[in-house]
Amino acid sequence: MKRLPDLTRQLVTLAALFCVSAAVWAAGADLGQADKQATNWTAISMFAVFVVGTLFITKWAAAKTKSAADFYTAGGGITGFQNGLAIAGDYMSAASFLGISAAVMVGGFDGLIYSIGFLVGWPVVTFLLAERLRNLGKFTFADVAAFRFSQTPVRVFAASGTLVVVAFYLIAQMVGAGQLIKLLFGLEYWIAVVIVGALMMVYVLFGGMTATTWVQIIKACLLLAGASFMAFMVLYNFGFSTEAMFAKAVEVKTGIATAAGKTPAEAAAQGFSIMGPGGFIKDPISAISFGMALMFGTAGLPHILMRFFTVPNAKEARKSVLWATTWIGYFYVLTFIIGFGAITFVLTNPQFVDAKGGLFGGGNMAAIHLANAVGGNVFLGFISAVAFATILAVVAGLTLSGASAVSHDLYATVIKKGHADSAAELKVSRLTTVGLGLVAVVLGVVFEKQNIAFMVSLAFAIAASANFPVLLMSVLWKDCTTRGAVIGGFLGLISSVLLTIVSPPVWEATLGNPKGSALFPYASPALFSMTIGFVGIWLFSILDRSARAAQDRGGFLAQQVRSETGIGASGASGH
Amino acid sequence: MATDLTARIANNPKYQELKAKRSRLGWWLALAMMIVYYGFILLVAFDKPFLATRIGTGVTTIGMPIGLGVIVFTIVITAIYVRRANSEYDTLTEQIAKEALK
Repeated sequence: MKRLPDLTRQLVTLAALFCVSAAVWAAGADLGQADKQATNWTAISMFAVFVVGTLFITKWAAAKTKSAADFYTAGGGITGFQNGLAIAGDYMSAASFLGISAAVMVGGFDGLIYSIGFLVGWPVVTFLLAERLRNLGKFTFADVAAFRFSQTPVRVFAASGTLVVVAFYLIAQMVGAGQLIKLLFGLEYWIAVVIVGALMMVYVLFGGMTATTWVQIIKACLLLAGASFMAFMVLYNFGFSTEAMFAKAVEVKTGIATAAGKTPAEAAAQGFSIMGPGGFIKDPISAISFGMALMFGTAGLPHILMRFFTVPNAKEARKSVLWATTWIGYFYVLTFIIGFGAITFVLTNPQFVDAKGGLFGGGNMAAIHLANAVGGNVFLGFISAVAFATILAVVAGLTLSGASAVSHDLYATVIKKGHADSAAELKVSRLTTVGLGLVAVVLGVVFEKQNIAFMVSLAFAIAASANFPVLLMSVLWKDCTTRGAVIGGFLGLISSVLLTIVSPPVWEATLGNPKGSALFPYASPALFSMTIGFVGIWLFSILDRSARAAQDRGGFLAQQVRSETGIGASGASGH
Repeated sequence: MATDLTARIANNPKYQELKAKRSRLGWWLALAMMIVYYGFILLVAFDKPFLATRIGTGVTTIGMPIGLGVIVFTIVITAIYVRRANSEYDTLTEQIAKEALK
């Protein structure tokens, strides 16, 4: 730990250098997609309280973070309940809080369809992976995927899968943070990106998994408490009758349609349309494909998979997914009520709606304005601070998993062939954390003007098409070989990225090519790229007649015994 | 893990029982989840008017309890698996470990 002061000094210098260059960037470009609001000091001071609190936790965690195991998995001493909350904190992003409640405000039932997609992956994780991951792995999901295979190629694949998923997820979070801070705090875009980058580095660098876990737990509690209060206030105003809430929402939407010049019959139909499915699902293939990306992507997100190594055994791993599923499901019910609350309390109040009928600050402000409507200015500040804290918790988890992929999979296993000592590995993790933090800030600034809406679904599609097939086949299929896993995994990875680029949302909407020119007609690649991944693994495994393949297949029994019983598993806490 | 230990566990009938039971339950429940979710998605894709049917005289549609039902189902099905695994399967695992390591 003597190196820390050195590292701190280097960091401060780097950060200072970076601030200068970021300011230059910001000066050149000042038009954002979100309108900058008046500086909100209540929100800023509440956020400051959160930051100070989490920095104290980081200081406490830093004292406990001595070995690589502490850094990656908090020494394996997290309980199932705590880990469940942390997983929920990792998963409930600001995009799902602000985005889904806004989607419900606009489309009603359609918003519910969207949120359900994000929930249904959890049982799959529970039934097929959670306890097997705990029994086979130590620090990263590559430990599991490479258990009986030739280490170098599988680790290189897993690290690629991890870093690509983390990069797209991270860009989405950083750009989201920048847009959000303009809305919520009334500060410049680049300030937000630098604050997020700097704080996440501090959390991960000094506090490792312990600090990251507690930041996620605190954030999950704050977000769930805030959202519960909002949903309660909405229902309270309708005497706890959802029928009364729905009826009022339909009335408001009908009134808006009438004001827009619709005939009474048309207006009534449009008002009632929020109670059933609308335009969210256009063609069944896109719907199924998108559903698969969400369902199986959850089981391939490296920062989520990594959380299963922080608990001491399979029992706690199972408990953690059950808690996570419960909290996340509850949260989506809350966002649904919040969305309807926004229709009845925000769309009807001229304080929040401009002359054209849009929300002040942009579409994603639904939940924020509702916070003001039901809880006044102080609660508005609270929710704004929580929304920003949410992004911090998610990026810290992402960075940690990216850093582990580099230090544990690439450095310790591929380069040092498993002979790296804990201290050296820890140092590489920390250097990678700094590197990832800087890259995230740069990407956040570069992508400021881009439409990044597709990036989270791309991250899910890649996770579903590359990480998930390799993980599932290596754990459950005896005849899977190194060659099959690596070739199939890369095929899934490459095909999901390529198909996303030539799909309408990216090719036409983001890259600006003419409508109808996209080569791939569907909104999500998962149905096809997952098939390519699985078929690739299967085909190249059964065709594999090498000596290594015989060794891979021969190792299955021992792997299976350990994955089923946990006997011989590295008790992460028992080191 | 030592090879003889692996062989001893693999040949234990209790291990065979654990493996078969867990994998059967896991895949059946995963299948149930997929049927419920993709059934819901196909309903949305092919029969929008059904989900927008009013229940009774109010504005609440049949889609609302169905949507909420999918969320509740997701949580309940996870709870069923975790409950069984944490009692029955863990007991079996402990017995296997005890017999293998004695």
